[in-house]
Amino acid sequence: MNAKLATATVAVMALSAAFTGPAFAQARDQIRIVGSSTVFPFTTAVAENFGRSTSFRPPIVESTGTGGGMRLFCGGVGPSHPDISNASRRITKSEFDTCRNNGVTEIVELKIGFDGIVVTTKRGAPKFNLTREQVWRALARQVPVNGQWVNNPYTTWQQVDASLPNARIEVIGPPPTSGTRDSFNELMLQGGCANVAEVRAVQDAAQRLRYCTQIREDGRFIEGGENDNLIVQRVAAGDGTVLGVFGFSFLEENLDKIEAKLIDGVEPKFETISEGKYPVARDMFIYAKKAHVGVIPGIREFLAEYVSDRAMGDNGYLEQKGLVILPPAALRQQQDGIRNLVSMTSP
Amino acid sequence: MTELAAAAPAGAEGASLRPSTRDLSPHMSDAARARLKTRYRAEQRFRAYGIAAISFAMLSLVILLWTILSNGTTAFFQTHIRLDVPVGADRLGLQGSGPWTPTELRLASWDRTINLAMQERFPAVTSRADRNLLSRMVSPGAGEDLRNMVIADPALIGRTVQVWALAASDIDMFWKGHIRRDVPEAERRVNDRTVGWIDDLTARDEIRSQFNTRFFTSASSVRPELVGVAGSVVGTLMTLLVCMALAVPVGVLAAIYLEEYAPKNRITDIIEVNINNLAAVPSIVFGLLGLAVFLNFFGMPRSAPLVGGIVIALMSLPTVIIATRAALRAVPPSIREAALGVGASKMQVILHHVLPLAMPGIMTGTIITLAQALGETAPLLMIGMVAFVTDIPNSVTASATVLPVQIYMWAGSPERGFVEKTSAGIMVLLVLLLAMNAVAIYLRKKFERRW
Repeated sequence: MNAKLATATVAVMALSAAFTGPAFAQARDQIRIVGSSTVFPFTTAVAENFGRSTSFRPPIVESTGTGGGMRLFCGGVGPSHPDISNASRRITKSEFDTCRNNGVTEIVELKIGFDGIVVTTKRGAPKFNLTREQVWRALARQVPVNGQWVNNPYTTWQQVDASLPNARIEVIGPPPTSGTRDSFNELMLQGGCANVAEVRAVQDAAQRLRYCTQIREDGRFIEGGENDNLIVQRVAAGDGTVLGVFGFSFLEENLDKIEAKLIDGVEPKFETISEGKYPVARDMFIYAKKAHVGVIPGIREFLAEYVSDRAMGDNGYLEQKGLVILPPAALRQQQDGIRNLVSMTSP
Repeated sequence: MTELAAAAPAGAEGASLRPSTRDLSPHMSDAARARLKTRYRAEQRFRAYGIAAISFAMLSLVILLWTILSNGTTAFFQTHIRLDVPVGADRLGLQGSGPWTPTELRLASWDRTINLAMQERFPAVTSRADRNLLSRMVSPGAGEDLRNMVIADPALIGRTVQVWALAASDIDMFWKGHIRRDVPEAERRVNDRTVGWIDDLTARDEIRSQFNTRFFTSASSVRPELVGVAGSVVGTLMTLLVCMALAVPVGVLAAIYLEEYAPKNRITDIIEVNINNLAAVPSIVFGLLGLAVFLNFFGMPRSAPLVGGIVIALMSLPTVIIATRAALRAVPPSIREAALGVGASKMQVILHHVLPLAMPGIMTGTIITLAQALGETAPLLMIGMVAFVTDIPNSVTASATVLPVQIYMWAGSPERGFVEKTSAGIMVLLVLLLAMNAVAIYLRKKFERRW
């Protein structure tokens, strides 16, 4: 017993001795990527193919959310900071400034493609199409009725617009913590309320934003959790009146169970999203630290793999994963940018 | 008291009215019997509630296990396609006439070699779009398997090798019946052309299900047919080892001091209250602590089992201390007194008598705590262990992930094939958990002493 205890004590002391000091800030031989959970499946696909087809070690990809990823990315230069950040939106001015203040002055921006947000029903449910304004009116916490802002009184779609069927409003969507919700707020709700006269009459910008993006909390809009698969399953198992809101790639995988509503008369498809016709679509980016190129092995090659035709090109593996790819001309532009590692000048 | 006093004359009165001996007793009046009946009924209801509670728990467990088993068992089998693959140096894009270095072989065009073999298997397929479709039937894993075969035996180059090529996930889902044939083509992930090819393969017995060994030997992947639990299981074991190396000695020493030496005063009271409170702190808080102290202050690497282990050790420390103290307290004072009586020092009493007797309790408590830590994801989220790692970690500072995190990440992936893999991952986690609990029970049974 004595001997065992002694060994245990020594082990603890050795461990605690190892913890002190910055002995961990050693060089890395593996690329580290952080950021958006929406871009995550695409970056991991590239990472895996990169690991398989080169002699570099496959990068570690973390899913931290766009904001969290940018904070880590802009933390500084050196092996303890990530090399690349995934973003489901463009880098903001304040993030760019934070980067600059922490010595991350040269950032290479790569637009990888688009993501659409779809509103779906169970396949075979009564068909009707929506406009962004109708979605906003059905889901906003407060809506103007006869010139007065009142708590959302609508319980069926027909009450929102006489042309819609008499089905009850029930929508399962992403929670406020997810990037999909941010985009839903920005593209669907803000897009939908933009042309409403009562909203335009509001002078205070913050109040206008609240009117546009606050979602009702009386059970008509159900937060489905971060897991989009669960939303798919609940929509597919529902009685047909339940609508689900999630990313386009989940629609692609489950076309046998669910179908998408046309938004503003446009069907969410690869073509309509990449041509910019589908209104609820956003750009996706990755950002790379130029200072790490040549220090951490493989960054240049990883970016080259990302923009290669077999990944981002027509029928490439990213398209097969559900990414809405860039039109050919835009892809050429991105490829040129990566070949010369052009840093961005402003967000 | 007053009720009793009131009941007695009433009973006496009843006795005088009814001479039967049976009714003489004050407990046998009609009112009393009715009361008795309600008491029995209440008793039965109470028992029924208990049975209902147990049935509800059992039913939930059965439903849970049934869902996991019915979704997950197919994940242990993977569809393969028989292919005759001519392994030519020209097809592989190898320069010169060999011998080639392992690196050259590793980076050769294995996927292309497999795709060409597929095209030769279906010579009628000529259009570019159809050939693309055809190449999508096999997984890149098939190329990897062939590569490993050839690296092990370079003499295969120049020969035609028969392999069972791993099928892509969509084909696998179709073959297992998760993608149904009777839905319209436009809504199906596998189109009619591919279904025709699969039927052709089926007719010639060239497609079959094989045991999915890859699931136990590889780490994560973006393709459901290529994923495995090995990476995350190794990560989990490393994390638990670090956790144990820290939490057990520190926890046991703290508990011994508090139980055997510490004087009862205000300071030890405060310490005790704090330990009990810490045991109830939500685990995410420990993750934040890990992020602030170990990553930001000490500059330890992100996603490392070392940091994960330390964080989980801090989390389980209070529980280990509480369990150890309970085990020490269960050793009868007579043992201590007898040892002291024959002249042993306090340390000898503890090390020679109390600790060995308390050991089964300590070990059980510790293992149960570790089993709980096994399922933790929240604290690991903060220190970057929710990561996509395709390597099996080789040291405690390498990037790794743990099993519950891996399951969580699979559950969030859009591909249909991940549904069964998620359930299979849960099964592996449950088996690990049961194994740990079994060890705990075994230790308790083997060393337990009763007084």
